Amino acid sequence: MSTAPSIEHETGHGHHAEPYQGGVMRWLTTTNHKDIGTMYLTFALIMFFIGGAMILAVRAELFQPGLQLMQPEFFNQLIGVHALVMIFAALMPAATGFANWQIPLMIGAPDMALPRINNWGFWLLPPAAALLTLPFILALFGIGDGAVNTGWTLYAPLSVQGGMGVDFAIFSIHILGVSSILGSINIIVTIFNLRAPGMTMMKLPLFAWGWLITAFLLIATIPVLAGAVTMLLTDRHFGTSFFNAAGGGDPILFQHLFWFFGHPEVYILLLPIWGLIPHVLGTFSRKPIYGYKAQVYSFIAIGVLSVVVWAHHFFTAGMPVPALLYFMYSTMFISLPLAVLFFCWVATMWRGAMTFETPMLFAQGFIVLFGLAGLTGLVLADVAADAQYHHSYFVVAHFHYALFAGGIMGVMTGVYYWLPKWTGHMFSETLGKWHFWLTVISFNLTFMPQFFLGLAGMPRRIPDYALQFAEFNAISTVGAFILGFSQLIFAYNIWKCVKGGTKATDKVWEGADGLEWDLSSPPPHHSWEIQPVIK
Amino acid sequence: MMENGIARNDAPLPMRNNRALVVKLLLVVAAAFAFGFALVPLYDVLCAATGFNGKTSQGKLGVGGISGPAAAPSRIDATRIVTVEFTGTVMPGLPWEMRPLTTSLDLHPGELHQAKFLVHNSSDRAIVGQAVPSVSPGQAAQHFEKLDCFCFSQQTLAPGETKELPLTFIVKPEIDESIRTVTLSYAFFNVDGQK
Repeated sequence: MSTAPSIEHETGHGHHAEPYQGGVMRWLTTTNHKDIGTMYLTFALIMFFIGGAMILAVRAELFQPGLQLMQPEFFNQLIGVHALVMIFAALMPAATGFANWQIPLMIGAPDMALPRINNWGFWLLPPAAALLTLPFILALFGIGDGAVNTGWTLYAPLSVQGGMGVDFAIFSIHILGVSSILGSINIIVTIFNLRAPGMTMMKLPLFAWGWLITAFLLIATIPVLAGAVTMLLTDRHFGTSFFNAAGGGDPILFQHLFWFFGHPEVYILLLPIWGLIPHVLGTFSRKPIYGYKAQVYSFIAIGVLSVVVWAHHFFTAGMPVPALLYFMYSTMFISLPLAVLFFCWVATMWRGAMTFETPMLFAQGFIVLFGLAGLTGLVLADVAADAQYHHSYFVVAHFHYALFAGGIMGVMTGVYYWLPKWTGHMFSETLGKWHFWLTVISFNLTFMPQFFLGLAGMPRRIPDYALQFAEFNAISTVGAFILGFSQLIFAYNIWKCVKGGTKATDKVWEGADGLEWDLSSPPPHHSWEIQPVIK
Repeated sequence: MMENGIARNDAPLPMRNNRALVVKLLLVVAAAFAFGFALVPLYDVLCAATGFNGKTSQGKLGVGGISGPAAAPSRIDATRIVTVEFTGTVMPGLPWEMRPLTTSLDLHPGELHQAKFLVHNSSDRAIVGQAVPSVSPGQAAQHFEKLDCFCFSQQTLAPGETKELPLTFIVKPEIDESIRTVTLSYAFFNVDGQK
């Protein structure tokens, strides 16, 4: 303790004075970055299954044309809450869990800079998730008409007219937003102030760089979303007319405000993944990461560009031609820094001594499938083509290639890569490979047909459809159920790994490189109390 | 434990001011929140300047595109004809019926014309409504000038009352030559209980 007095004073929190508590109080009151990271990741996994169950109900309804299982109102609630749960309660908390576990280990810091805010940031999440899903349960008892049924985009005027589920969603988004902002501030302060001596910004691990850009995007755009849903709330209950044309407002304004947040949100979800993928590729190719600087500059370029392209989400809402052209070209321009990242990923593997452990398989699956998301995104960015593809299943397929193959499979890459470090045990390679192949095959089985459905003109967010779409929908539903149930292997493998297994070495992977691999597996409850010096 | 490139550092951690950085970042958050609200008036200005979204506000900038009367231009461009189509809808929550008495007009840009809409209150109570105009294509909006319009003020209809609502307008000669047809659409909203 005497060797690192400043940290103790800085955080106002005496690590060693605190007795190690077990039980519920440990988790409620913990300020330890590893505990909080574990809670974030566990919460994300639980919500991943809840959001997945919702969409399996949707896919079951879409298995055949006609209405078999549910009414359109309930269908609409499921698709909207599925998206909100997956984005805000699964993908974002998983990335924050990674940040909590890994950033202090990777930059040689003893903990996050603001441990109490860290605890608060996590414990805001369960009430927010409860608020979002509570209307489903209330409706069972005849209270209200169910959860938010506008889709996750909450477009006005539908959301102005909607039932009380919209209010629950608004308050849930407020709380989730506060949680994200607290988490982001913590990460920025940690990276700026707690790096090990000698670790300059250009020696920062790429994962930390990716998260740093994400954190800045979050604090710049989440408040705009908070403002937009606040306007929605006052329009609904307090007689304002932000989005009400009769009172001089404009419903299209909501789309601008929403997507000013919503487009950077895509990169908020993906930048932490782009940060961790190079570490995995380098490890299993036994080579240093190729093009570190190029990747850092690409992260920054993508972060900046992401806030100036939002209107490509609603080209068809009506815009003057110069605005259409601007948003089209600026959107397409993002593919340049993104292509730099792709080339760096491939070049990292180039002529490497590659082995194909589960994390490497997921990383490579990520590159291929996320590449498809990028290519189909270029098609959607084309104003002329977008008139055809807009609001069709093509869009659904595109963003699931981006957010499932890009986001969720990226998270799985990270979990498999770091799990032995966190638990001290190796997971089952066999189960990991089964999980990978089942996921990749069933993912494509689910979403590849949706590209064709979209091209054939099937609109999204519709519980019933014309007969000519029946075959592709049936295939997609079969794929979705295999995909959903394959994730039980993932959960079981994690559970087994936490409980026991082959002891992991400190370095875990032969080619691993970075500060976190110098610590024991699992790392001690308090690590890097004496900071390493980077030469 | 410590490998090449990493040595033990026994010096205390450098004191850095976390609080100052947190305060700065919170200011960014506050600024972003304020920016969200600042986008509301900015958006109106942008729409008025570009005709984006079919808003017909020009000259005097009205709230949400409901503009005040503007001065008549002097020149008439007799070399071309523009077709103006009229349509109207009644939004949910307003028990009115509405249809244009003039459905379409062929005119030379710069000419002064009048069109009429028929509005009927089919309920048994007096209701106040507000019409909100929209012009498409959007580029035509800034050249569509309303000299007098029932949309400039709220309209009250007695139970069962039928009313003819007039509109006086000019399509300005500056309108782009590629535009042959302009559609003016009104949406009537129930504004009872507002304001």
